[in-house]
Amino acid sequence: MPKVTIDGQTIEVPNGTTILEAARMIGGKSVPPAMCYYSKLKETGGYCRTCIVNVSKGSEKDPRPMPKPVPSCRTTVMDGMEVQNLTSPALLEARAGVVEFLLLNHPLDCPICDQAGECHLQDLGYENGKSKTRYEFARREFEPIDIGEKIKLHMKRCIHCFRCVKLADQLTPNRYQGMLNRGDHSEISTYIQHAVDNEFSGNMIDVCPVGALTDKTFRFKSRVWFVKPEDAHRKCPTCAGKARIWLKGEEVLRVTGRKDKYGEVIDWICNECRFDKKKTSDWVIEGPTHIDHHSVISMNHYETLVDLKHETDNHRKQLTNKKVNLGQGALDPNNS
Amino acid sequence: MGRQLLIDNIKDPVTGALTGINTLEGYRAHGGYKALEKALKLKPEEIVTEVQKSGLRGRGGAGFPTGMKWSFIAKPPGVPRHLVCNADESEPGTFKDRYLMHHKPHLLIEGMIISSFALGANLSYIYIRGEMMVQYHILQKAIDEAYAAGLLGKNILNSGFDLDLHVHPGAGAYICGEETGLIESLEGKRGNPRIKPPFPAISGVWNRPTVVNNVETLAAIVPILNMGAEEYAKIGIGKSTGTKLISASGHINKPGVYEIELGVPVEEFIYSESYCGGMKGGRKLKAVVAGGSSVPILPAELILKTAKGEPRLMTYESLGDGGFATGTMLGSGGFIVMDESTSVVKNLFNFTRFYHHESCGQCSPCREGTGWMEKILHKILDGHGTVADIDLLWDIQGKIEGKTICPLGEAAAWPVAAAIRHFRPEFEEYVKNPGKIKDVKHYYRLNNLEPVN
Ligand SMILES: Cc1cc2nc3c(=O)[nH]c(=O)nc-3n(C[C@H](O)[C@H](O)[C@H](O)COP(=O)(O)O)c2cc1C
Ligand code: SF4
Ligand code: SF4
Ligand code: FES
Repeated sequence: MPKVTIDGQTIEVPNGTTILEAARMIGGKSVPPAMCYYSKLKETGGYCRTCIVNVSKGSEKDPRPMPKPVPSCRTTVMDGMEVQNLTSPALLEARAGVVEFLLLNHPLDCPICDQAGECHLQDLGYENGKSKTRYEFARREFEPIDIGEKIKLHMKRCIHCFRCVKLADQLTPNRYQGMLNRGDHSEISTYIQHAVDNEFSGNMIDVCPVGALTDKTFRFKSRVWFVKPEDAHRKCPTCAGKARIWLKGEEVLRVTGRKDKYGEVIDWICNECRFDKKKTSDWVIEGPTHIDHHSVISMNHYETLVDLKHETDNHRKQLTNKKVNLGQGALDPNNS
Repeated sequence: MGRQLLIDNIKDPVTGALTGINTLEGYRAHGGYKALEKALKLKPEEIVTEVQKSGLRGRGGAGFPTGMKWSFIAKPPGVPRHLVCNADESEPGTFKDRYLMHHKPHLLIEGMIISSFALGANLSYIYIRGEMMVQYHILQKAIDEAYAAGLLGKNILNSGFDLDLHVHPGAGAYICGEETGLIESLEGKRGNPRIKPPFPAISGVWNRPTVVNNVETLAAIVPILNMGAEEYAKIGIGKSTGTKLISASGHINKPGVYEIELGVPVEEFIYSESYCGGMKGGRKLKAVVAGGSSVPILPAELILKTAKGEPRLMTYESLGDGGFATGTMLGSGGFIVMDESTSVVKNLFNFTRFYHHESCGQCSPCREGTGWMEKILHKILDGHGTVADIDLLWDIQGKIEGKTICPLGEAAAWPVAAAIRHFRPEFEEYVKNPGKIKDVKHYYRLNNLEPVN
């Protein structure tokens, strides 16, 4: 089993593990942010470039550092590999660049976006980006379109992560959607609108890291931080029926899949559970859910996030001061 | 003028008339398909060794040793392998493959049969750029001739080797020249580059081991077999062996495709009557983009002489001398010459617009960054730029480079970096004297509008 050292923390992992998965096994602050990788789907990752890390030592066999930052979600661990994430200021600068690119054409319409409060792009921007944009040109515009009867696509919020495309490929029997056009004009589309009609298509709302794909049965009903999530289940002939329901008083405002601490769905749910079971009597409630993510607004606690930022910075300083296991010259900013 | 191994015998040296070498008959009259006969008597591994010995390096841009690339191809038992010829040539400034295919289609076909034999491929493809329909039909006709003559199909020249060769046109996207984008497109999908690894040598077309080579690379296999690897390796200097096609364009007296022996001094190439024939109108040389639009531009003093003051030669090593600080790359051999009347800023805008237009949009830095750089350059040319914009451009290119899925990101970043590195005062001139620029009616020209009087 290969051993890998990430920011000075060493772990042994099964063969074929990616750097990102290894970092998740270690846990904590050194886990790179991932906007397009999705462990529950095949062949995801590699597109957004937020998860880039430096490899300062390739492996025991070939200790040469890798010349460019690599996407940790798509790079397999080699025995003896040494990886820098928070310990490389140059890498953090490069990541801030990626975040800037992702936000470049983003409309920043959080005040009217249903995803606000549970949006990975908000978190990413807050934790890894800069507070000001340097972009002064018109942002790209798209009209919202329907992806099937219950899903709305706001293409201008999309970050081209391809998760919904992979989901459509892997979870539904026919390929319904893909990317049209190219470059910064490329857009997710079904080509023929309304064509997505499948029992599991609703899961694309859950995998979408931003507010590009939203649930039409929930749109504009409430800000997410005013609704109370509870884990609940029901006997469902189509899916496992394990869901998360979002309550306002006694009313079920929306139903989603249950998500783990990286925001990934644990069990896919079917469209019937998601869109049609909107009464508390439809569900057996298990109890309130602890939301593990750290969204800027979901806590309604800007201070916590400021603390979090300090904490990350301190953590980085600590790791930098430790200077362990990083190899000669690894902390030289010119070297990363 | 040195030896010609690839584009010889196209025109009659006296009358200048075409010799008919584009037909099978004409090609055979000049010794065509002799290399194939020789090759089929060798063992496939022997051919790979020959190519390794010849020192041939990929002519598609990266200059990777061809023999080594061939030796990497995986050979799992029972799995077919493929050879794909990259004829997508769309790098601005590069037009040598088109010339070669147009006039000597059989040279490419012969090279492909030999290479397929060496690699153990029984089904090979030529992926040709969608805009080159003329050459597509020329190749198709030549392939038909070759099938009829028993040079393709079953049991080629009674050797027991079978090969089917298809020519497939793309739909007109630069990114389909990137080898994995090409493979996706060949499979009938959107031409998005694949995330590597796995490399095509392990998993390429239909997830089978595949070698992708440039047109000129595959054509060069023929003279290598004809003259022997050792003879071939004697041409050139050091690790730059053999001959190279250069597409020469810009402010020179005789633009066109030239075959040079690697090692010709850049100065000779520009000013000699055997090649470009000097600067048009006797004007002064300002800058050269030596290897296609993506390689760094160099000012006259650095393209003629290295930073050490040695004459710069047309080789992979000499052009690369000094790294990106003072050097550039041979790339695909698209040699663009600019005289003193050229605006480097406008030229850069043109290149950047191209890369923005051709980005596939898969990864964030290239998708967003190329468009951003184009907009800033547009702003500068419109007379609204600031000094901060120049620094911003520099910063953006650095944030694209090395962070993308395929090298198009670098191809877009390098020209920006090099132009600012070597011609920053010109950018500042644009920013500080906007009145001057407005004269060029840049905006109107861009949008094909008549200027309003
Ligand atoms: C954006 C992009 C465009 C490319 N276009 C071409 C092309 O048009 N023709 C070509 O031969 N190689 C092109 N290449 C290089 C190929 O990826 C590949 O390296 C080459 O075909 C290998 O052949 P060689 O080893 O014979 O040079 C391109 C690469 C990139 C990144
Ligand atoms: S719509 Fe959402 S899931 Fe689909 S590519 Fe865009 S951001 Fe990703
Ligand atoms: S670098 Fe550009 S062209 Fe290449 S995969 Fe990324 S977006 Fe596509
Ligand atoms: S999560 Fe790795 S590139 Fe997007």
